Amino acid sequence: MSTMTDTHDDHDDHDHKPTGITRWLYTTNHKDIGTMYLWFSFTMFLIGGFMAMIIRAELYQPGLQIIDPNFFNQMTTVHGLIMVFGAVMPAFVGLANWLIPMMIGAPDMALPRMNNWSFWILPFAFSILLASLFMEGGGPNFGWTFYAPLSTTYSNDSTAFFIFSVHIMGMSSIMGAINVIVTIFNMRAPGMTFMKMPLFVWTWLITAFLLIAVMPVLAGTVTMMLTDKYFGTSFFDAAGGGDPVMFQHIFWFFGHPEVYIMILPAFGIVSEIIPTFARKRLFGYSSMVYATSSIALLSFIVWAHHMLTTGMPVAAELFFMYATMLISVPTGVKVFNWVATMWKGSMTFETPMLFALAFVILFTIGGFSGLMLAITPADFQYHDTYFVVAHFHYVLVTGAIFSIMAAAYYWLPKWTGHMYDEKLGKTHFWCSLISVNVLFFPMHFVGLAGMPRRIPDYALQFADFNKIISIGGFAFGLSQLIFLAVVIKCIRGGEKATDRVWEGATGLEWEIPSPAPYHTFSTPPEIK
Amino acid sequence: MSTKEYEHYYVPAQSKWPIVGAVGLFFIVIGAAALVNQFASGNEGLGAYGLTLGLAIMVYMMFGWFKNQIDESMAGMYSAQLGVSYRQGMAWFIFSEVMFFAAFFGALFYARNMSVPWLAGEGNNAMTGEILWNGFQSVWPLEKMPDGRETQGMPWTGLPLYNTLLLLTSSVTLHFAHVGIEKGERSKAKLMMGITIALGIMFLILQVEEYIHAYTEMNLTLDAGIYGSTFFMLTGFHGMHVTLGTIMLIVVFLRILKGHFTKDNHFAFLAASWYWHFVDVVWLGLFVFVYIL
Repeated sequence: MSTMTDTHDDHDDHDHKPTGITRWLYTTNHKDIGTMYLWFSFTMFLIGGFMAMIIRAELYQPGLQIIDPNFFNQMTTVHGLIMVFGAVMPAFVGLANWLIPMMIGAPDMALPRMNNWSFWILPFAFSILLASLFMEGGGPNFGWTFYAPLSTTYSNDSTAFFIFSVHIMGMSSIMGAINVIVTIFNMRAPGMTFMKMPLFVWTWLITAFLLIAVMPVLAGTVTMMLTDKYFGTSFFDAAGGGDPVMFQHIFWFFGHPEVYIMILPAFGIVSEIIPTFARKRLFGYSSMVYATSSIALLSFIVWAHHMLTTGMPVAAELFFMYATMLISVPTGVKVFNWVATMWKGSMTFETPMLFALAFVILFTIGGFSGLMLAITPADFQYHDTYFVVAHFHYVLVTGAIFSIMAAAYYWLPKWTGHMYDEKLGKTHFWCSLISVNVLFFPMHFVGLAGMPRRIPDYALQFADFNKIISIGGFAFGLSQLIFLAVVIKCIRGGEKATDRVWEGATGLEWEIPSPAPYHTFSTPPEIK
Repeated sequence: MSTKEYEHYYVPAQSKWPIVGAVGLFFIVIGAAALVNQFASGNEGLGAYGLTLGLAIMVYMMFGWFKNQIDESMAGMYSAQLGVSYRQGMAWFIFSEVMFFAAFFGALFYARNMSVPWLAGEGNNAMTGEILWNGFQSVWPLEKMPDGRETQGMPWTGLPLYNTLLLLTSSVTLHFAHVGIEKGERSKAKLMMGITIALGIMFLILQVEEYIHAYTEMNLTLDAGIYGSTFFMLTGFHGMHVTLGTIMLIVVFLRILKGHFTKDNHFAFLAASWYWHFVDVVWLGLFVFVYIL
């Protein structure tokens, strides 16, 4: 084992752990950077979650009670931005940093200094975004999709801060994605062929490609927004020959692949966890790879299903409807494979497995409501209602976030060297599972009944359901504090974790000691 | 375990440059954001100072970071595998730039084929044309906007044509410089690199002249409707990329003078040259879709 840990001393200061604040500020270590990403993401999760609590408090009863409508709009906007760009994406990047080098037998990420730059841009970018809430006129209030002309003609002065902070978030994502892609292409240990890579690595490879392809389009979108608002261009202004709908096309050309950026790594995580606890190999490995690639390619030709009510030509409506429905084929392949992996397995239900199972079921519910939304004529009824809110929270909270929770429980022993408190973990799971459904399931009903999204007040007939939704929301928010307690307890101590941690775990990261040494695989392992 | 020797992948020690770069970006963002608000409102403010400070920090970071890289490379600390990482990293970065321009080309395509014809009543939009923008004609270049403002289209003959020839030539001379490096003929590389840089600078000068002409004589400005918007957005961002590419080429030229590059070790040269060829290809797209068609 000793050859696998770091034993070389090419240069000073390298084979022992640096200390103090500069360990984190100057680091080039993928594990430290991964840790920072994960803590940053969790902080953002709590901040964004707090905003959701404000939203639910206001919606607890009909009428305006706590906050004024403009601030309500800022809360829905910044909640969305924080959760998408600050919580979910950095969490996956953090997991990629921690796991990809260990999974493919690489000593670190391919470009470690750039890796650190990618991370450190984020705290600055989000400080600016959050600070804009306190500026005169308030922060962004045009929804996380920042449609023109809300974000141009009618937006407030802090919009420029929003735009430039999105620019640097995009830079961070692009650099992070380049790092992941190059690491996977160039740093695999001898014998680690593409079709031997763990699925988490595969899904991240494809995610990184999507990131590099669409984050620049987002940069272009906000740049046009900037010039429209401040420099008199007419991209989204019909009086000059432009079109506000064009904003939506360009935004969603970014936005739809972005949605998959937030779910493909989740597929990878679940594909790691389910085989471990079913004690069987993953069913249909190669079909998983092909399904993931197909989903990624399809994600480029379905963007306009977000805008079926904008008055596009009928041919376009039909094309985007059918293309969208096509996505359910590779997604169905995946769900089938997960279920088939469990078939006749000797299953146990530790916390990571519980979250992974909840993922499979609840993500599928989110997928089905997505199919309903894809049907053009039906979408005319569902568009911009709480049904949409229910749909994307099922795929993002019980999908992406649950997978991140599952990953955290699954790899925490490898990261910290201690087993987490299983009882507390299960408590967290059951509290989350029940409350999240109380929170999001009734949104389907109010949505189908016609309650519009992004409003601080609503008609009286929605009052009962909204009260239930809010109670579920508060319960879900509080449940996440249990998670914080589990993590802190696990870092501080606990039963010593074995190298393999889980009986059925396979993969390079389980061959090294727990906690993983500061430097791993300085000499690449042979993969048989 | 096996005693087979592997080449160590170079994992750098700690570095302060990334965090310096993040701080630089922070000041650039708040400075630039404050500045555009000052610009829009006409108020006084500190935006310019913030932006200048941020840019200064970035320049400091670049000097430090690149010096660090060059020193390490010259000391022979890098392996061939690291070289592959750099090449792949640069290639993916250029791909991201392609997608950045794709957003603006997409806007141009949408405006020409959809929004402008629709505003004039094409398809099922007869009433839009009739009631909202009565009398508006769909033509390109859009010299008369729906709200009645007027501008002029930039012809492709003249300056744009010269610029096309300049950039195409510069790609060829840059290729010869590359051949020179690979064959170890440094004087040839120097000469060809010098010519490339000169052509790049000439391109930029002509573009400035074109912009002055557009603003002063053609009423073609940034706020001249969708034609002016797409024209300046595409040519402007391309011009910024030419500027950046020229700076890269100048740095590489200075490094050739210092004798930094060898036949097998000239990643910086390669990266700059890929970037320049990419900028050249984007220009060809611009020349066809913005100027000719």
